[in-house]
Amino acid sequence: MPESAASPARAPLSDQVMIHMERVHKWYGAFHVLKDINLTVQKSERIVICGPSGSGKSTAIRCINRLEEYQRGRIVVDGRELSNDVKLIERIRREVGMVFQHFNLFPHLTVLENCALAPIWVRKLPRKQAEELAMRYLERVKIPEQAHKYPGQLSGGQQQRVAIARSLCMNPKIMLFDEPTSALDPEMIKEVLDTMITLAEDGMTMICVTHEMGFAKTVAHRVIFMDSGEIIEQNSPAEFFNNPRSDRTKLFLSQILHH
Amino acid sequence: MAEVAKSRTPHPDLPPPASAVGVLGWVRRNLFSSPLNIALTLLAAYLLYAMIPSVLRWTLFDATWRGDSREACAANRGACWVFIRIHFEQFMYGFYPDAQRWRVNSAALLLILSAAPLFVRAVPGSVKLRLGLSILAIYPIIAFVLFRGGLFGLPEVETRQWGGLLLTLVIAGVGMAAALPLGVLLALGRRSKMPAIQTLCVTFIEFWRGVPLITVLFMSSVMLPLFLPAGVSFDKLLRALIGVTLFQAAYMAEVVRGGLQAIPKGQFEAAAALGLSYWKTMALIVLPQALKLVIPGIVNTFIALFKDTSLVLIIGLFDLMNIVHNATTNPAWLGFSTEGYVFAAAVYWLFCFSMSRYSQSLEKRLHTGHKR
Repeated sequence: MPESAASPARAPLSDQVMIHMERVHKWYGAFHVLKDINLTVQKSERIVICGPSGSGKSTAIRCINRLEEYQRGRIVVDGRELSNDVKLIERIRREVGMVFQHFNLFPHLTVLENCALAPIWVRKLPRKQAEELAMRYLERVKIPEQAHKYPGQLSGGQQQRVAIARSLCMNPKIMLFDEPTSALDPEMIKEVLDTMITLAEDGMTMICVTHEMGFAKTVAHRVIFMDSGEIIEQNSPAEFFNNPRSDRTKLFLSQILHH
Repeated sequence: MAEVAKSRTPHPDLPPPASAVGVLGWVRRNLFSSPLNIALTLLAAYLLYAMIPSVLRWTLFDATWRGDSREACAANRGACWVFIRIHFEQFMYGFYPDAQRWRVNSAALLLILSAAPLFVRAVPGSVKLRLGLSILAIYPIIAFVLFRGGLFGLPEVETRQWGGLLLTLVIAGVGMAAALPLGVLLALGRRSKMPAIQTLCVTFIEFWRGVPLITVLFMSSVMLPLFLPAGVSFDKLLRALIGVTLFQAAYMAEVVRGGLQAIPKGQFEAAAALGLSYWKTMALIVLPQALKLVIPGIVNTFIALFKDTSLVLIIGLFDLMNIVHNATTNPAWLGFSTEGYVFAAAVYWLFCFSMSRYSQSLEKRLHTGHKR
């Protein structure tokens, strides 16, 4: 577990706000998925969101890069308020990297092409430069030797590290992780978490939906607990794990820590 | 017993029984595995025995190959291939003037030479893509100028003089080259979130899929002139091309839509999360995967299109089928329709089978979903 890894320094944060969610509500038909979500994330802040399945935690972070629409409230990302303007959404997505539970690598492209694609077509880098950039990040996630393979030839952990490298190639200001280790075999979880810890050390602003409580304890500035579409509790990891305030949090923690 | 077990040295593996391997094993497994199979095998063997000799006699052994007139064939009971040889040029070019046929030949040669690298494995994919697109963009113009003439001192050859295999290939080639991109656009439109575009595409697809091609061709040649102002007339071939293209595009759209539906939502989301626009997502991520998935369906449509070109005889165009039919009604050569239709069938089969084989090799080559 990541507790063995060095804990990245939790330096005092600047007061630059990267993400601001204000009274966000979302419905799927009559089903109220997100209820009054308020969240402000500072630059370089690392947030872990946990909660039972179906609590709306993935939906909440997917609103930040507008993979999900929301019906009420406002979200400001890096000083730009989300709207229905497609160009604006694309511009925000360039600055917000996302890592998915099922990796979602492009199976028809090699690892290198997966990583270089967005720099070439979105950032308009020349191909050669984009591929150098891709190689740099593949080295950073420690799989440069796999660059010319196809995603289907890699293990789950390797695929997820490629997915992280692919996001980093866009040089994002914010990284969203949507249960990045949930689809992995146990022995591969560590390699992905270690990659995320190095990212944290470099001061990346991160929001991570995960059940890896060890990761939350060592890396997060703040842990948020969600249940049935609401933020129930948020606190520093020490307080959150040692002194959970609400009964639902206590119940969740007892289930997840002593299963 | 224990004694035996202790001193046992491993016996080399026995070869499998002769009845389970080799030719004998194969025959046993596949032809005589059950009473029903035995009966069917014997029946099939009898049918082959009854048919093959007569087919071979007719097409080869008793056939007439030499000579210049129908009299040469009178002596033999087999096929009269003289009929095909005499009419061969006509079957290839239709009524294209003799003196100008070099233009058709050079266009064909140009296509073969320029497209050849597409079929060479060593050529990298990106080069092939660029070459293929440039051929698609430039070649039709060159071919049109060569065929039609009226420019650069080439005498004009009207489209009603085009015929035979030339015409079949023109209709099939234009139909395929235009129907695929149009079909892709229609498929994307049908899945669009914009209601106006979606309705338009659904209406278009359902209309063209709902009418027979014969009706379309009839309407294009008989009814369209009624609706156009007097004096305005379209080339008959052009009308057939438009009809065939729109008709096949509707089918193509549904084939492509099947591929689009098979692409997981995660692919769209990953592309969106990287900031790719809709068109870039489609062109770089979704369509390459979707089209690869539906290669069999696309080729199926292509093959159907190729054979459907024979329907243009309805509107009086002399494609391969019609020109063969025409030759069989030639008073000097009455009674050789079997030879004519067998020849036409063989030519159609050759083209369709090549397409099928090419698609299979393409599928194999593009396979990157390595299962571990």
